[in-house]
Amino acid sequence: MIRSITQPKLDTALESLLEGYTRLFVVGCGTCVTLTQTGGAPQVAAMRERLLSWGKMVTGSTVVPVACDELSHEILEEHQGAVASAEALVIMTCAFGVQTIAGQFGKMVVPALDTLFIGKESAAGTFLEVCVQCGQCILGETGGICPVTSCHKGLVNGPCGGTKAGKCEIDPNKDCAWTLIYNRLKSFDKLDLMRRYQPPRHHNVEPKPGRFQAPGT
Amino acid sequence: MARTFKEVLESGDFVITAEAAPPKGTNLGHFRQHVALLKDKVHALNVTDHQSSVMRYPSLGGAIMIKEMGGEPILQMTCRDRNRLALQADLLFAHSRGVANVLCLTGDSIVVGDHKTAKSVFDLDSSQLVRTIRTLEKGYDLAGNQLDGGVKFCAGAIVTPEADPIEPQLIKFEKKIEAGAEFIQTQAVYDLDHFAEFMAYARPFGAKIMAGIILLTSAAMARFMNKNVPGIKVPQDLIDEMAAAPKGKALEAGIAIAGRMIRRIKDEKLADGVHIMAIGKEDKVPDILDAAGVKL
Ligand code: SF4
Ligand code: SF4
Repeated sequence: MIRSITQPKLDTALESLLEGYTRLFVVGCGTCVTLTQTGGAPQVAAMRERLLSWGKMVTGSTVVPVACDELSHEILEEHQGAVASAEALVIMTCAFGVQTIAGQFGKMVVPALDTLFIGKESAAGTFLEVCVQCGQCILGETGGICPVTSCHKGLVNGPCGGTKAGKCEIDPNKDCAWTLIYNRLKSFDKLDLMRRYQPPRHHNVEPKPGRFQAPGT
Repeated sequence: MARTFKEVLESGDFVITAEAAPPKGTNLGHFRQHVALLKDKVHALNVTDHQSSVMRYPSLGGAIMIKEMGGEPILQMTCRDRNRLALQADLLFAHSRGVANVLCLTGDSIVVGDHKTAKSVFDLDSSQLVRTIRTLEKGYDLAGNQLDGGVKFCAGAIVTPEADPIEPQLIKFEKKIEAGAEFIQTQAVYDLDHFAEFMAYARPFGAKIMAGIILLTSAAMARFMNKNVPGIKVPQDLIDEMAAAPKGKALEAGIAIAGRMIRRIKDEKLADGVHIMAIGKEDKVPDILDAAGVKL
């Protein structure tokens, strides 16, 4: 399953965003941020403590099941009073959730997390960015490994000169995408695909912001 | 009349180029001195493009200055900072100012440089940039629109013979030559036996290949490169040789090593030439050439 990967904002950054607000309501989410331990129930509890230590008042808190889905009437009604008496919402979900909640609660929002990427859990607790939704998928020529995403430079014609022991020049903990692709294609005896020239890519297949209308809707 | 770089490549003579790094700022005094010192001692001077992703005076400005001073510049162009519009425009500009040689590189990552929060571009890669040059030469831009006045370049690219693993690097190398690279500059090589094996593979592809020579200035620098610079491997015996140099004489030892390597590359015809990178010690290039016993 794909997951929205987040990390907490620095305390100093969060504190300055909260300047001028005294009464706050905290929102976490039971899905991605619970898995990444950045906005689940324990983190929401810790945030309440932190806000109190900063001299804030916490009018209430909740962990919604899926913050990027429209919230149900029940949830909205349950917290109506506490939300109404807060000046702003401190939101410990990914930015998809922040946007949804901001719209539904009609309150100023302060994101407590930064959203890093949409990732996939590759091992327990390890999440990798594997697709940046480029609109022109080339996985068919790379053995199912995405160089647009997994290569730090997004190179599509093979590696740069920075590969070091099969790792990327920027981080010994990151695999060089082109070493992975080479090995995968070699195992299928399909290295001719890697030799094929890839022309410059189309960066505006769906000009930002993306919008899609399902047929008949 | 000095020969163009392309004429030198085609002559079959042993090619000698050196690197010149523009300054951080507009004080071009040092750069001018290096150019004046080296322009008649090497076949061409290669101007770096924000090397290691550190913002500097532009390579195109440096290349034009070399041209104005009567030297032969090789313009380095990375794909890191400019999209295809800006790269093509700079190629038009370069041609219009007499810059006739371009070295196409992917470019280092932004995150290793001094503007770590900048947006990196990589709209094109190095093989696509070589093809862009060949497309412009046909009188068209990448969008297929006709140019009013074309360009002509001698285009090159780079390869890392010590890349690990090497196989993906070789596929990229072949793609660059297919794209139309006429010359190839290598990342620094130190193990010449290993380099000879690489050349046995690379020679049949036909491009002129110049071995990269980075001047060692201390044993610590050699160790640092081994640890931190991908694709550079300084063998232990050279590190020992640097370490054994008497105090204050390490640079001389480095010059002797570089000279010896160039001599061997020339005598044994291991490559078509050398590209000397005396990072921060450009004024030592004449000493290296003397140590090698080579001149134009
Ligand atoms: S090429 Fe990569 S980024 Fe583009 S759609 Fe396919 S997997 Fe996603
Ligand atoms: S080392 Fe590999 S993954 Fe990293 S930028 Fe170069 S080609 Fe891409």
